This record gives sequence, C-alpha cells and structure tokens, in this order.
Amino acid sequence: MAQQDDTGTGTTAGARRHARAQEAAALSDGFAERPTVPAAGAGGADDGGAEVVWAERVRGGGYAHRTVARGTEVRLTDLEGDACASVVLHHADEPWERLNVADTVKVQWQVYTAPGQLLLSDQGRVLATVVEDTSGHHDALYGTSARARNEARYGDGAAHGPSPAGRELLVLGAAKHGLGRRDIPPCMSFFQGVRIDDDGRPVWRGSAGAGRSVTLRAEMPLVVLVANAAHPLDPRPDYTVTPLEVRARRGTATGPGDPQWTASPEGRRAYENTHDHLTSRGTA
Amino acid sequence: MSTQGTPERQTHPETHHQTHREIHREVVAARSPWSWVLRAGQELQVIDLDGNQAVDFLAYDAHDTARAYSVQATLQDQDSVFLTTGSVLRDNEHEPLLTVVADEVGRHDTLGGACSKESNTLRYGHHTWSQHACVENFLVELSRHGMGKRDHVSNVNWFMNVPVDPDGALGIVDGISAPGLSLRLRAEKDTLVLVSNCPQVNNPCNGFDPSRAEMVVSERA
Repeated sequence: MAQQDDTGTGTTAGARRHARAQEAAALSDGFAERPTVPAAGAGGADDGGAEVVWAERVRGGGYAHRTVARGTEVRLTDLEGDACASVVLHHADEPWERLNVADTVKVQWQVYTAPGQLLLSDQGRVLATVVEDTSGHHDALYGTSARARNEARYGDGAAHGPSPAGRELLVLGAAKHGLGRRDIPPCMSFFQGVRIDDDGRPVWRGSAGAGRSVTLRAEMPLVVLVANAAHPLDPRPDYTVTPLEVRARRGTATGPGDPQWTASPEGRRAYENTHDHLTSRGTA
Repeated sequence: MSTQGTPERQTHPETHHQTHREIHREVVAARSPWSWVLRAGQELQVIDLDGNQAVDFLAYDAHDTARAYSVQATLQDQDSVFLTTGSVLRDNEHEPLLTVVADEVGRHDTLGGACSKESNTLRYGHHTWSQHACVENFLVELSRHGMGKRDHVSNVNWFMNVPVDPDGALGIVDGISAPGLSLRLRAEKDTLVLVSNCPQVNNPCNGFDPSRAEMVVSERA
C-alpha cells in the first residue's frame, strides 16, 4: 500500500508530487496554447524593445481576456490561417461604455476594416485604433455564434464542447470582469472576411491565410474580450478554427501630433471627446 | 431614384381585418418614445403616417430582458443585410422574438443603429449637443421597465434607407417610404418592444422634418 501511494495520487503527498510534475512535462511536450507568464518572457525581435505585457496562444474554440492600459498595442495573429477573433471592448473603468459596432461603421461611413479604422464606443469616443492590418479579411456585421445556432449547425455549442459558440466564450470572459450576458454587445470579427454585394447579400471571403495580423491600439483603459470561434457564416460543414496568438506591448495612445488624429473630421472629434473624458477623469 | 424605391403592396388589410381584432391603437408623437409588451401571437403594425419617418425599434424577451434584440444574430440567418417580409428578428441567444409578416416598403435598415447626442458630436459637430436623439428616448423608456444603459443595444430602423456601396461605404440617404405605408410584426414569444420616433434633423432619415408614427396592436379574432 505505502509503495503504491508514493507513486500514485492516493495520498496528499503523492497528489502534490503528481501536480507539481505537470508543468515541466507539458513544456517538454511543446504544449503551446497557453499564456506566457510573465509575458515579458515572450519578448522577441519584432517587439522593438517595448515591454510585452500580454502573450497568449488561444486554441481554436478558446477565449482570452485582459485589462490593458491606455496606449497598449494588442496584436492578434492568425497563426495557421483559420483563426477567427471576435472582439468586444469595454471601458475598463466604466464598463457600461462599450464597443458600438453600429456607430463604428456609421460614423466612419464604412463597413470594412482597414488601418486607421476607429473602434468607437456608444459615448462618441475611441476605444481602440486599428494601427496595422496585414489580413484585410474581417467582418463587422455578422458577429459571432450563439449556443443555439451551433447546436443546430454542429450538434453542440457549449463552451466546453467540440464546437463552442463565440457568445458562450465571450460571456465567460466578461464574467471574470464582473459583467453578465447583457453586457455582450455586437462584436467585430477578425481574420474571416465577409463582403456585401450590390443586392445587400453577404459574400463569404474566409481567411487571408496563415500569419496575418491586426493590431489594435488602446485609446482608453480597456477590458479586451476575444473569442476564437468559427465564424457564423463559415460555410464549411465542420466547425473549423485554428489557434490565435495575442501579443500586447506597452505603447502610447494616439495624440494630437499623430496624422491619425486629423485623418477625418469624425475621427478628430472622437479623439477629442476621448481626450476630454480622460482629462476630466485625471487619467489622460 | 433606384427601382428599389417602388413599394410593393404585400399586405391585404381587409384580410387582416377579418382575421385579427384590434386591441390598441396609438399615435406616437414626433420625437417621442413608446413601448408595449406584445403577447405571443399578437401583431404590431407600424405605420409611417406622414412619410419617410425613421422609427427606431428595440425588442426584448419580456420574461428575460438579458435576451435583447441582436442585429448580428438576425442577419446570420437571412441572405440580406436589409429587413423585409420574412425577416425573423432574433435575440442574442438566437431565439426568434418577432417575424416581419407584411411590409409595404420593401426594405428597412438594421446596420445604422440609433442616433445619440454623443454620435451626433462625431457626425456633425458639438453644436448638435443640445438636440434630442433616439438613444435618449430608448434610455428613458428602458428606465420605465427597470432597465438601463447596459440593456441598450443596436436596433432596427423601420423606414430608414441605409445602402452599402460596393466599396463598403454606408450611409443614411433619402428614404423610400411614403405616407401611410406600414409593416406588421408577429410576436413569437412575449416581447417587450420599444420605439423611438426618431428626432434626428441632421440627416435625411426623417426628411429633415420629424413626424408622427402610429402603432396598432392586434390579435387573432
């Protein structure tokens, strides 16, 4: 009996030994879909010396969430060519202010994402600026899946199942910031593109390929929620989604001297509203 | 104007009058909010009394208001970004709230969201700050039902014309509705509906002249 307990998990000592052996074993197996903690340990040549503050690989069907400081540049990378990053942003200090996709496309007179797009809140302010995009295949109109829809399409939509609904994943991320199901507004989806034809019909474009990335610059302190779930219009019969990399580094928010500040009159007023809000709050 | 501006008469009022009994009729004044709880199976007719008046519209499961209208869930299951007869308005859990059972206009918007004091400062400038806006209507009407800012989501815009150009440009342009045209919605479950009769005067969604809208609730006789 004693010998069996020493090698197994029948005693607290054995169970502790078993638990403590797992990290080294997982690393030696190359298990990669995990956060790197501390994130600075994930620093690489492409970070330009900036401090890496969030580094994580998110499995297909997984999610990530983080509070980031104003100025942080969050880069999302479609590692293998079939990620789909559905993103929701909340003001970290006043989370009832959040991404408003309708205002984002209406105010900027444009439904397609490109560098320079501002992700706007419902309060006429800029949550984040799209500062880099090597994909161009994105979607602001169709959002992510709900559990009932994935049950109908794939047979399951639970967060822990084989074909998780993006909404279920976003709800989990939101819950960890004190937010509930009513706090998940329409989202932006990156790396799986949809275009609208002349008759108003959606045309599926899918992915631009492996290794493409998009970078969002936080213009306010943000709660960032990311679900990596199959796009709701993905026509493939099988639930298809591959790993996503999230990598964030410290940076500087857009300022009045940046050409982006005055790129459009609507955008200038959005940056001015944002700066005014943060100034009175004492966090500019 | 485009051929899409020709309204198709798809309703047969005499037939509807024979099968349905009117239980409430109310004119919503220009610039005002309105709300009602539709019981499953009841219908709401929304009438553009004076022509080209955007009627901003939200819906919630009356028994679980965390289940709010979702533009994205709604669009996922139809082959157009516009709403018309046959469109099913879904909540954020993908359940049907309402179905458009008749439409005399041909297409309605659900991409453009509601006007707000805040977005008006971006679109037009801070000189518009003192003007009334749809989000003000929605927030005050939501408050009457014990709901608030967190419950406010993007909406439907009946009688509003928002084309998407081939290059992705989207904008509110001159309307394609006309005086007296209407649509009818059938509640698929008990549904709280809210209306903001749009007060916007800085774009053509109301023909630069906010006007009345009429709501008629009916049920099978």
